[in-house]
Amino acid sequence: MPGQQEKILDVRNLQTHFFTDDGVSKAVDGVDFSLNKGETLGLVGESGCGKSITSLSILRLIASPPGKIVGGEILFKGQDLIAKSEAEMRKIRGNEISMIFQEPMTSLNPVYTVGEQIAEVLRLHQNMGRKEAWEKAVDMLRLVGIPSPEKRATQEPHELSGGMRQRVMIAMALACRPEILIADEPTTALDVTIQAQILELMKKLQAEMGMSIIMITHDLGVVAETCDRVAVMYAGKVVEYTTAKNLFENPKHPYTIGLMNSLPRLDEDVEELVAIKGNVPSPFNMPTGCRFAPRCPHATELCHSKLPELLTSDDGSKVRCWMYTPEWDGASKTATEMGV
Amino acid sequence: MFVYIVRRLLQMIPVLLGVILVVFLIMQMVPGDPAVLLAGEGASAETIAKIRTQLGLDQPVMVQYFHYVTDVMTGDLGTSLRSNLPVFDEIMARLPATIELAIASIFVTVVLGMVAGIISATKQYSAADITIMIVALLGVSLPSFWLGLSLIYYFSVKLQWFPVAGWGTWKHMVLPAITLGTAGAAIVARMTRSSMLDVVRQDYIRTARAKGLREQVIVYKHALKNALIPIITVVGLQFGFLLGGTVLVESVFAINGLGRLIVDAIRMRDLPVVQGGVLIASVIFVFVNLLVDVLYRYFNKRIDLN
Amino acid sequence: MKVEFAPTNQALPSKAAAARPGRWRTFYRKLRKNKLAMVGGFIVLFYIVIALLAPVIAPHDPYAIDLVNKLKPPSADHWMGTDDKGRDVLSRLLYGTRLSMSVGFVAVFIGAFFGIILGLLSGYYGKWVDTVISRVIDVLLAFPGILLSLAIVSALGPNLFNVMVAVGVFSIPVFARIVRGSTLTVKKLEYIDAIRSLGANDFTIIFKHIFPNILSPIIVQATMRLATAILSAAGLSFLGLGAQPPLPEWGAMLSNGRDFLFTAPYLAMFPGLAISTLVLGFNIFGDGLRDALDPRMKQ
Repeated sequence: MPGQQEKILDVRNLQTHFFTDDGVSKAVDGVDFSLNKGETLGLVGESGCGKSITSLSILRLIASPPGKIVGGEILFKGQDLIAKSEAEMRKIRGNEISMIFQEPMTSLNPVYTVGEQIAEVLRLHQNMGRKEAWEKAVDMLRLVGIPSPEKRATQEPHELSGGMRQRVMIAMALACRPEILIADEPTTALDVTIQAQILELMKKLQAEMGMSIIMITHDLGVVAETCDRVAVMYAGKVVEYTTAKNLFENPKHPYTIGLMNSLPRLDEDVEELVAIKGNVPSPFNMPTGCRFAPRCPHATELCHSKLPELLTSDDGSKVRCWMYTPEWDGASKTATEMGV
Repeated sequence: MFVYIVRRLLQMIPVLLGVILVVFLIMQMVPGDPAVLLAGEGASAETIAKIRTQLGLDQPVMVQYFHYVTDVMTGDLGTSLRSNLPVFDEIMARLPATIELAIASIFVTVVLGMVAGIISATKQYSAADITIMIVALLGVSLPSFWLGLSLIYYFSVKLQWFPVAGWGTWKHMVLPAITLGTAGAAIVARMTRSSMLDVVRQDYIRTARAKGLREQVIVYKHALKNALIPIITVVGLQFGFLLGGTVLVESVFAINGLGRLIVDAIRMRDLPVVQGGVLIASVIFVFVNLLVDVLYRYFNKRIDLN
Repeated sequence: MKVEFAPTNQALPSKAAAARPGRWRTFYRKLRKNKLAMVGGFIVLFYIVIALLAPVIAPHDPYAIDLVNKLKPPSADHWMGTDDKGRDVLSRLLYGTRLSMSVGFVAVFIGAFFGIILGLLSGYYGKWVDTVISRVIDVLLAFPGILLSLAIVSALGPNLFNVMVAVGVFSIPVFARIVRGSTLTVKKLEYIDAIRSLGANDFTIIFKHIFPNILSPIIVQATMRLATAILSAAGLSFLGLGAQPPLPEWGAMLSNGRDFLFTAPYLAMFPGLAISTLVLGFNIFGDGLRDALDPRMKQ
């Protein structure tokens, strides 16, 4: 659990839009969260909700055209990353903020050895010489639990298994001891047994290095394993933002509740899996009002017409839903009452 | 890799035999009786018969073929009807010029093509990109002999920068190499562009960006090496057209190479030279193909095993 | 092996799966949208029209010798000047269109006809049929560039018909390879098994079911091949191995014009332009066809 409550990253009202021939896609349209030193923040949501775009926006890796960060601030150690130049961002990438991706099979360059790909980062950001960087690269491989690291460093990605490649990715990302690691679905493409190993590794390294992690996932199991706080995203906005404990014990937003409900449970005998009715709205054509209203069983006219704000409720968690505001004219229901 | 090379060499043998067979068959298609043609007008029946035995034409076709194959294996490609010298010698005398031209042209193809392709890919949809792609389209469409003539007209006659014809100094090489290499360069440019664009969209390029590398490093170190793989195949194919194209370019620039030898031989009905020339050129091409395949395999083994 | 990945702009959703219009309608629409391809197609059409109408639109008789007016530069009476025998260059070019187009289409037809058959047999039957045919194709492909055609023409004698045959033979292996590849892919489709289990014989399967499915790459290849064939034929004629004088074939005209390169450069320029433009048209159109038929290209 985080000891210091020092804010290392503060994302405020981030908006990243894509300007295409088919119209403007408001992929990320008002995302707020912060990251404290040493903690793990989960960014949760289904495909297309904008979580990956959010993380890419933090590192300013959005392909521009057609994408553009059109609003908001990303404060890293007090400075707005959006205002920084490309050259300044390059110094941060891989160095102060690192990112690992979902597909270890294709995220490593097939024509270079894994040792070289790690050493490259060290030579770039820490000005190491070739030999020193190589030795440090081997050390990193050892650190992430790859056996015979000296030998493995001379191998190319295709000679390694998926789990090992992901370890290499982690080694590469952590080589320069970044303060923040953004992990975009790091275990989704891996076998279940390997998933657990990788998550363990990440937790161990986090403890050793004191870094903060943004864990992007659609898997609530991963959230339960690793996250201190969680931001749930839907249709480009954060709809619930609370501690992991609160999220599982007392989810507030109907979408979150729907997510919880749709989890298959081993301890109950359920006739059918409950799915949330309807579809995610198209980012080209967002509904007015609450984005979840079309699918929400509790939606009222207020919900369809006005967008709710992300407001703090009594137990400290933030939720973007009219039900938790004084304006709610229907009976205010807590999660337990809604039959979770 | 070694096993692969040996296997390919073995596979080459039937192909080479096939080439010899095809060349032999083609020569059989020549209308008229070769002995009569050789003997000339008004020759006596005796002379004709003598020539026929001399050339082994009185024997069944299969035997003739067998003789031909063994002859070729030992390097005997017959005798030129025109000069009475061994065909092999005639060819060898002229081969160096053709090889030099081919190498210079490949150089043009690869360097010009790849540079243009990389510029196009990294500045996609810019003015440079569009210009390069248009020029590439033109490059593939121009007949080489016309390009050669036009280049001669502007650069040799009007501007007097280069000699009009002949071979020997580097100046002699420039226009012919450009003429021969342009079509290939155009194809390589297009291929490089599409290959680079493909590669640049790959996940590992995104990883490289996330590491904070400069765009230049990403393009030249990370992207290019991966993009090379299909380009190698294209270059290999181009070499074939290049070898064939020497026939035209050598005629235009009056270069004394293998291509011109073959063309002159055809005009003079000096069939042994035609046979031998085509044969040698094909054998060279087959070996070049092997080399390209091996290179491709070397670069590709990583992707193969994925 | 390309793996689908999440692009950085993964927020772009695939457009809602609309009802699929007929494949050909989609192809036609994509083609129409491609302006460049339309230009190419127009050029080709233009040449075809000229070829058909040459006798009607040519201002002079392409064979009419008029030594008094030889080597005259372009003028009102002779828009492209006259050649060394006083013949009108423009008229010769127009008639030459017929020659080049015929050679091109015949050669490609020969190549496609035999190539497709070989490819289908090779791909469908596999095993020793495939091995034998593939070896044959390898041998044919072992001849660099136009050397094969050159050898054939040299044996048969230089005339336009032999050029058609020679360039046709030269085109066979390309079609055979592509058809073989496509056949192998289509052969594995489940519905071929279904048809076979309904009792269709090999012949029906090959020609009624497999062949229509592999048409797209064949069409693209044929268009590109037309460009190559016309270039090759012109090249052979340039060397004096194709159309013999006084036929107004473009390559032969270029060869002729070469002798007068310094005094009357237009003699070489116009035929060269004619060839280049037509080949360019085929290339652009072929490119457009290929893009339009590629299912991966976005609409």
